[in-house]
Amino acid sequence: MIPVQFDYAAPATLDEALSLLAEHKDDAKLLAGGHSLLPAMKLRLAMPQMLISLGRIKDLAYIREEDGQIRIGAMTTHHQLESSDRLREICPLLPETAGTIGDVQVRNLGTIGGSLAHADPAADWPAAIIALGAEIVAVGAGGKRIIKADDFFVDMLTTALDPGEILSEIRIPAPQGRTGQAYLKVPQPASGFAVVGVAVNLTLNGGGACESAGIAITGVASKAYRASAVEGAIAGNALDEQTITDAASHATDGIDANGDLYASEEYRRHLAQVYTRRAIETAAARVK
Amino acid sequence: MAKIAISVKVNGVEHTAEVEPRLLLVHFIREALRLTGTHIGCDTSHCGACTVVLDGRAVKSCTVFAVQADGREILTVEGLEHEGKLHPLQEGFFQEHGLQCGYCTPGMLMTGFAFLNSNTAPTEDEIRHAISGNLCRCTGYVNIVKAYQYAAEKIREGGTQ
Ligand SMILES: Cc1cc2nc3c(=O)[nH]c(=O)nc-3n(C[C@H](O)[C@H](O)[C@H](O)COP(=O)(O)OP(=O)(O)OC[C@H]3O[C@@H](n4cnc5c(N)ncnc54)[C@H](O)[C@@H]3O)c2cc1C
Ligand code: FES
Ligand code: FES
Repeated sequence: MIPVQFDYAAPATLDEALSLLAEHKDDAKLLAGGHSLLPAMKLRLAMPQMLISLGRIKDLAYIREEDGQIRIGAMTTHHQLESSDRLREICPLLPETAGTIGDVQVRNLGTIGGSLAHADPAADWPAAIIALGAEIVAVGAGGKRIIKADDFFVDMLTTALDPGEILSEIRIPAPQGRTGQAYLKVPQPASGFAVVGVAVNLTLNGGGACESAGIAITGVASKAYRASAVEGAIAGNALDEQTITDAASHATDGIDANGDLYASEEYRRHLAQVYTRRAIETAAARVK
Repeated sequence: MAKIAISVKVNGVEHTAEVEPRLLLVHFIREALRLTGTHIGCDTSHCGACTVVLDGRAVKSCTVFAVQADGREILTVEGLEHEGKLHPLQEGFFQEHGLQCGYCTPGMLMTGFAFLNSNTAPTEDEIRHAISGNLCRCTGYVNIVKAYQYAAEKIREGGTQ
């Protein structure tokens, strides 16, 4: 499987990449880790005439703490996120999610920015990013803008990024207080992608009741979504078994669930409820 | 469509070439460099037969363009042997019968090389996790795990890595 011919550029700066993108418009594609784009190009589902690699741009791969936020460069690999001891301490949902993606080799090259920009409906990062209430930084010719994770995913393989924009950073509010997090996933046995993936980010108050909950689900619909009905059903309540089970039964409320050869629509809804319950239980048990 | 000049260090030797941007790294290694130890199994990023070590990390060379490797360092299965002496992992696959047809073996060795560089005392579980991107249709993996354990022990005892 050989992709069609294309021209290639590996600019050294983000500005150069932006002007190349402006010059070549719809004929161009950005290349990050290539682990969604190359397979698509081999199948000739993607046929860019100009490939602009972000791989030579310095300082797009980092994990920083600034202004009460965790800031992650777009080119940070799944592996770098999986193996960060600091993240394990302050936001374990990120390394936990990273560790479930594909396999070792995929995690060594695939990037968080590439995954978010690609917006595969069964990708893992979108759930974590929504549950954490992240913001996405997009740079374009006109400068920087911030897009809330909730508004970033528009539809299957479609995001709020403009064609001339580059996703440069992901900003996550650093978890404060008594928090517990979990990412639980049913992997498709062949591809590793999520049949259902549930990310949970809980904060408890002094009395042990749920102060706030971020819960998001991937794999079920055409895009990852915030499970607002579940969040609403646990917020303010003590997290006993009955409350969690009742809340989780709302996992697919108002959602158009997908069915495919591997998992029917009904089975996906069932899995979403079971895994939402388990993910909340796991996150609650991890509260420190 | 313009060809691109690249320079890549493979098994310690610097190579320069002009390549089409669409040339896959695995084809560059096999066809331009004639290093045919690296195999192509699925060509769809799933089997791991094409695994090479790029700047210290295992990657599937069927899912990387050769131009992306410009200025970087690659180790392939041909580079494992050192001055006529097998790498502990190669010895392990031999001693523990870690292969049957051998198709997956170069990939298994390169994944193992990168893995044992960061963990010389792995549990069986860690090994199985590490090779989850490498498929083997023959062995049932049991002897591959043993081969990794054999190599890990050798390396701990001071064998070269
Ligand atoms: C065998 C295999 C198994 C996998 N399993 C999983 C899994 O279990 N879970 C999962 O979530 N994913 C999985 N993936 C996908 C993997 O995580 C990809 O790495 C990821 O989806 C894309 O990231 P990338 O860096 O490789 O992006 P690329 O493939 O380089 O790019 C993807 C798309 O995003 C665009 N893009 C990239 N970076 C930017 C940017 N900074 N700004 C704007 N646009 C950008 C590109 O133009 C392209 O359209 C798997 C992939 C493979 C090959
Ligand atoms: S040939 Fe590269 S993963 Fe199978
Ligand atoms: S030994 Fe035949 S595929 Fe592994």
